[in-house]
Amino acid sequence: MPSLSPFHLPLPLMPSRRRFVRGLVAGGVMVGLSPWVRAAAQGLADTRTGAAPVLSGTNIDLVVAESPVNFTGTPRMATTINGSIPAPTLKLREGDTVTIRVTNRLREATSIHWHGIILPYQMDGVPGISFQGIPPGETFTYQFRLEQTGTYWYHSHSGMQEQTGMYGALIVEPREADPIRADRDYVVQLSDWTDEDPMRVLAKLKVQSDYYNYHQPTAIDFFRDVADMGLSRALDKRAMWNQMRMNPTDLADLSGATLTYLMNGVTPAGNWTGLFRPGERVRLRFINGAANTFYDVRIPGLKMTVVQSDGQNVEPVTVDEFRFGPGETYDVIVTPREDAYTIFAQSMDRTGFARGTLAVREGLSAAVPALDPVEWLTMADMMGAMDHAAMGHDMPGMKHDMSGMNHGAMAMDHGQHAMHGMTGGAMAKPSATVRHARTEYGPSTDMRVDMPRTNLDDPGIGLRNNGRRVLTLADLRTIGGPLDPRGAEREIELHLTGNMERYTWSLDGLEFGKSTPVHLKYGERVRVILHNDTMMTHPMHLHGMWSEVETPDGQFLVRRHTIPVQPAQRVSFLVTADALGRWAWHCHLMLHMDMGMFREVVVS
Amino acid sequence: MKLIKRRFAMKPCSLFTAALVLLGAAPVWAQTTMEGGGHAGHPGTAPAPTRAESPASATMDYGSMNMQGGPAPADARDPHAYSNGLTLESGPYALPGPRQLRLSDEHAFGSVLLDRLERVYTKDGNATAYDAQAWFGGTYDRLVLKAEGDVAKGKLEEARTEVLWGHAIASYWDTQLGVRQDSGTGPDRTWLAFGIRGLAPYWFNVDATAYVGSSGRTALRLSGEYELLLTQRLILQPRMEVNLYRQRDEARGLGSGLADAAAGLRLRYEFSRQFAPYVGVEWAGKFGQTADFARAEGQRTRETRYVVGVRLWF
Repeated sequence: MPSLSPFHLPLPLMPSRRRFVRGLVAGGVMVGLSPWVRAAAQGLADTRTGAAPVLSGTNIDLVVAESPVNFTGTPRMATTINGSIPAPTLKLREGDTVTIRVTNRLREATSIHWHGIILPYQMDGVPGISFQGIPPGETFTYQFRLEQTGTYWYHSHSGMQEQTGMYGALIVEPREADPIRADRDYVVQLSDWTDEDPMRVLAKLKVQSDYYNYHQPTAIDFFRDVADMGLSRALDKRAMWNQMRMNPTDLADLSGATLTYLMNGVTPAGNWTGLFRPGERVRLRFINGAANTFYDVRIPGLKMTVVQSDGQNVEPVTVDEFRFGPGETYDVIVTPREDAYTIFAQSMDRTGFARGTLAVREGLSAAVPALDPVEWLTMADMMGAMDHAAMGHDMPGMKHDMSGMNHGAMAMDHGQHAMHGMTGGAMAKPSATVRHARTEYGPSTDMRVDMPRTNLDDPGIGLRNNGRRVLTLADLRTIGGPLDPRGAEREIELHLTGNMERYTWSLDGLEFGKSTPVHLKYGERVRVILHNDTMMTHPMHLHGMWSEVETPDGQFLVRRHTIPVQPAQRVSFLVTADALGRWAWHCHLMLHMDMGMFREVVVS
Repeated sequence: MKLIKRRFAMKPCSLFTAALVLLGAAPVWAQTTMEGGGHAGHPGTAPAPTRAESPASATMDYGSMNMQGGPAPADARDPHAYSNGLTLESGPYALPGPRQLRLSDEHAFGSVLLDRLERVYTKDGNATAYDAQAWFGGTYDRLVLKAEGDVAKGKLEEARTEVLWGHAIASYWDTQLGVRQDSGTGPDRTWLAFGIRGLAPYWFNVDATAYVGSSGRTALRLSGEYELLLTQRLILQPRMEVNLYRQRDEARGLGSGLADAAAGLRLRYEFSRQFAPYVGVEWAGKFGQTADFARAEGQRTRETRYVVGVRLWF
């Protein structure tokens, strides 16, 4: 990995607001430190950013502590592992038993979760579920054998420490030759940073959930629409949203109004750079380690061949762009031939971007694209599967398909289909009958979707029909097929729920504190259906066991540890309950998890 | 429900519309919570769209499409059905002792909003008015404090202070039960308060409270706000308030029936979400016996107020 040189661009003379979003060139280095922070930071080295140090072998020591950072011009304390953001890249080897000692030098408890790694539940690192957490001053020894290969990551599972800097890459190298050939290999870890106390951010959202949304519809937009499409269509476009009190621009809870988007711990102005020689095959291991941000990633001028998803090798698929949420990873191969390319990762709500450069030498940069325009959520995002073909069209265009909706006819048909399947013995297909939980009919939810979409070939809001080839779940095929050839013995349906107005997030309308665990019988093969009753995309992460995503017809697609479920979408996957113990299962948007979009899973 | 509502700038809304919605507050609420009731697979429970106009102007009643609110059907799924009797504290592999993992759904939050802190200019003199709300607690149950009043010439003219238990009953609606204390000119009055507040379709903030006082007094207070985003930071807020009393209360200058009403327009600029200065104009009137009392005191019964103030919360 090349060393980062963040100093080759002059700090642009931008208004402070721009500097805030784009960050300082010298992110991570203390600038203009105020006296009180200096006192707090005394004796502490600055946090390293950019090229994370690489640790390998079977014995690793990690130290969690506070260290100073400065991404925006305002010095802050971060929570770091071995004093760097991202944390050290762990390069481990398949089949090895590793011993990782984690020492806590914070004033509060901490933990590390090895995201996507199959291991005994006591080593999974979720305080209160897998173990007691690591109290201040103490060391916890993790020990587990690596049964898998690929790109993964690790992060704190305590409080808001993941937001404040505790995340790093974890690569498990195969014992045999890696079937993915590459001349260069870079980790590209995306994350987001806020100068605010994340708990204060959450408290603000509890008061006003659109606090950070400055893309709201305005009277000016309305008059522009009236001029463009006439009064009745302009009113029509808004009728549903207004009646239901939902916001069509509610794409992210946090925006560039508080976040600085980071690539390998470097701000856009800092421009993380990876070097190559023209014609080389470069492997980029993209990890979304953000607490709140879905990224849309592309490298203008380069096709990306996706070869791995969530650590599992997939049949190569070549795309221009992919979207991924917190917790997900994609490995891509690119073959750059020009001098410099921009790695551009815009946030899904189009309020900012993380950015870096692939170049033949340090100091080069390529054009940075403009952010794509903000798109309103569509009827498909709110209501689901009225008409797949109409996706991406504006709302009035979809009206014609809605008359059928009130009769529930479509859902009935699908339901009967599934019933036939079941009476046939095998649950060959996921059931399409929507079964809302009793607890979804109350103040904890703001809507329910009766006609979910089940197609997986939708890239999602803001990426539809953008002229680029965008990866979707339907494009992914894990090489070698499912781990377990058995079909599902039973079905578990869980609904992703929330009430944006109250800023509540839950499953089946029940927050974690009111929930009971999901029990899986040891050894059983079970189908899980995640049904999204909200207007946001939720990256759902099941600890300890693989989630094998299937098509609506029950055909195996891809093995994942984190599954993004789009608004009004229904995604099903099979799980083999081969890992005894208690496990966490949650939305990987940190604030959603923290508000209770979280379940415990017991395998016994 | 939280105190601060974002609102939608969708269509220019007149005060007249706001007034209509306000006066119809109870029916609007009833409709919202009673709507729905069916779920997928139960054809016929939802009303079919009734309007058939030209495609461009055909509108659906989205609010009644079963997507929001309503009672759970009898065969709704049991959210605990997958637990086999296990709990977060008990069963195999549970950590010993009481549950350790507590997320923010079990934390208490709180906020103080000064919705209006303003200087009021009228032909007959000037005053300072405040309208504040604070809450502390969880998402579904919280302690709510409301305080509204006027101070003129260093003297508290009229003040209403309420301490309430806010309880969420539907997606956008809370009940608020508690006590209200009126002070200022005239004898103090204490009431029990039974209120409902929330967000009506089309983003109207509505607050309707019935009060029961001593010696058979009852009162009704309706208020509502709308927030029209002219830009992301420039916000026009129409606001309405109406007070009705069943018995006359001469000592406080109140007659029976409609006593007073106010309608205002405030234009604020949000330097941040939490700090927004504003200017505005408000029309206020007294009616019926209340107006008679005012006239007897030599006061005006109709007045136009110009206001300059600040809205802030923390």
